[in-house]
Amino acid sequence: MAADTTMTAASTRSRSKIRINSSAVVMTLYLLFLLLPIYWLLNMSLKTNSEILNTFTLWPNNLTFANYATILTDPAWYMGYVNSLIYVLMNTVISLAVALPAAYAFSRYQFMGDKHLFFWLLSNRMAPPAVFALPFFQLYSSVGLFDTHIAVALAHCLFNVPLAVWILEGFMRGVPKEIDETAYIDGYSFPKFFVKIFMPLIASGIGVAAFFCFMFSWVELLLSRTLTTVDAKPIAAIMTRTQGASGIDWGVLAAAGILTIVPGALVIYFVRNYIAKGFALGRV
Amino acid sequence: MEKTVNQKAWFLVLPVLVLVAFSAVIPLMTVVNYSVQDTFGNNQFFWAGLEWFKEMLDSERMWNALGRQLMFSGIILLIEVPLGVFVALNMPKSGFWSSFCLVLMSLPLLIPWNVVGTIWQIFGRVDIGLLGYTLDALGIDYNYTQDTVAAWITIVVMDVWHWTSLVALLAYAGLKSIPDAYYQAAKIDQASRWKVFRYIELPKMMGVLMIAILLRFMDSFMIYTEPFVVTGGGPGNATTLLSIDLVKMALGQFDLGPAAAFSLMYFLVILLISWVFYTVMINLEKREG
Repeated sequence: MAADTTMTAASTRSRSKIRINSSAVVMTLYLLFLLLPIYWLLNMSLKTNSEILNTFTLWPNNLTFANYATILTDPAWYMGYVNSLIYVLMNTVISLAVALPAAYAFSRYQFMGDKHLFFWLLSNRMAPPAVFALPFFQLYSSVGLFDTHIAVALAHCLFNVPLAVWILEGFMRGVPKEIDETAYIDGYSFPKFFVKIFMPLIASGIGVAAFFCFMFSWVELLLSRTLTTVDAKPIAAIMTRTQGASGIDWGVLAAAGILTIVPGALVIYFVRNYIAKGFALGRV
Repeated sequence: MEKTVNQKAWFLVLPVLVLVAFSAVIPLMTVVNYSVQDTFGNNQFFWAGLEWFKEMLDSERMWNALGRQLMFSGIILLIEVPLGVFVALNMPKSGFWSSFCLVLMSLPLLIPWNVVGTIWQIFGRVDIGLLGYTLDALGIDYNYTQDTVAAWITIVVMDVWHWTSLVALLAYAGLKSIPDAYYQAAKIDQASRWKVFRYIELPKMMGVLMIAILLRFMDSFMIYTEPFVVTGGGPGNATTLLSIDLVKMALGQFDLGPAAAFSLMYFLVILLISWVFYTVMINLEKREG
């Protein structure tokens, strides 16, 4: 009997050990699948073009940073990053500024047409940019904003404002209403209460909303490319036009790609627990 | 939460309303305008009624693009949802490795879409890409710019690579919300691994999984940049999905009328799916709260 118990215990232990191992194998394979293409881009960005085209090497044999140097010294390249950053930051600030009070209203009050409005916002988050490309082009041309940063920032508000409203509303509903009421009894005015008490309470929500506004504006290409030609041309559009007379400069293209991943990779650790929530518009 | 009725809340919503109206309603009205007019150039328009809609509904081109689009969305959902759930079940529950996996899995989600295209464009090339080179070395005939099947496999694998993590992260969030007591009860009942999944984990995940499916369907339905960078819609029209076709028509050929009619029908489909999405969300919240 005793031997029997130890046997079962041992077999359970070994079985659970096998299961942990199989999980580790699955995760390793999956992560390998995710990282291999990115590694390949990084690998290419550190090679010379002759090494890329003439030999097939799994890691750079002649390590070179010349591709990065090209991008960081040539204004035609690095201005792309500057342009992208300018309109992305503009968009994030605008989106959050208008979304904060609106999200508060949706999370706290009932008013005429609130549900319809909330749904209408969602439908804009889901609107295909392809549908809006041409009308945006004409709208911003006619008001003289074509090829400016603000045009792209406003265009991206189409999906980022609804996104920010939905995410922030998801965070705000978690804050008990008693806090608002206590603050009003204590004599706080609405703006003072909102900035001094309420915003610190949903600081993580604001961070997540800002991150997602930043990301979605950063990754979008179709609208930003349609609305710009020279002065506000984003890095993504420059990358799609690297094909010169002598063929594609693969090394520089790869380096440019790696540099666009950097902003996301830098903050990913801080938002890791909110990625699902942000993509699900604050609903998880 | 009980909400108080307060019509003054409209003032808080007003800025959003104005901004989104400017960036959504005005452009959409332009589209409506074009969809019912025809032009001979020189900015002279005349009323065309529903002609463009009729033309588009009869056009082989739109139905083909729609067919390809539905096939694409269907295939990626069939792969990404089971794979994502499977990955979520195997993720470490806590500690360093959990953070490690979360960070690495989120990485593809945050890469600009055109760079995703570039990565796979390079990765699949027979001369300089790891995947293409390996397949070629193995004697498999693989060329995504010439061969329809290869092009399709490339864009599907690319999408799986790009977005499976999202499904996995959402499913993982659902899994983590299951109290330990459920598992203990299952253990006492000596439930098998499959039964635990079928009767505890799956029902508890259903809500977030629904969100994941709808999000993936919607986003894949308007995908443009990634396949455009990799295949440009080719070979021929083999990977010309709805958005790619629409951009070709509107910005490439400047066929304003048909493109506008196309846009509106496209938008209506999206609106319908959004409504399903919204209803699912609201019902979820009712069930939980």
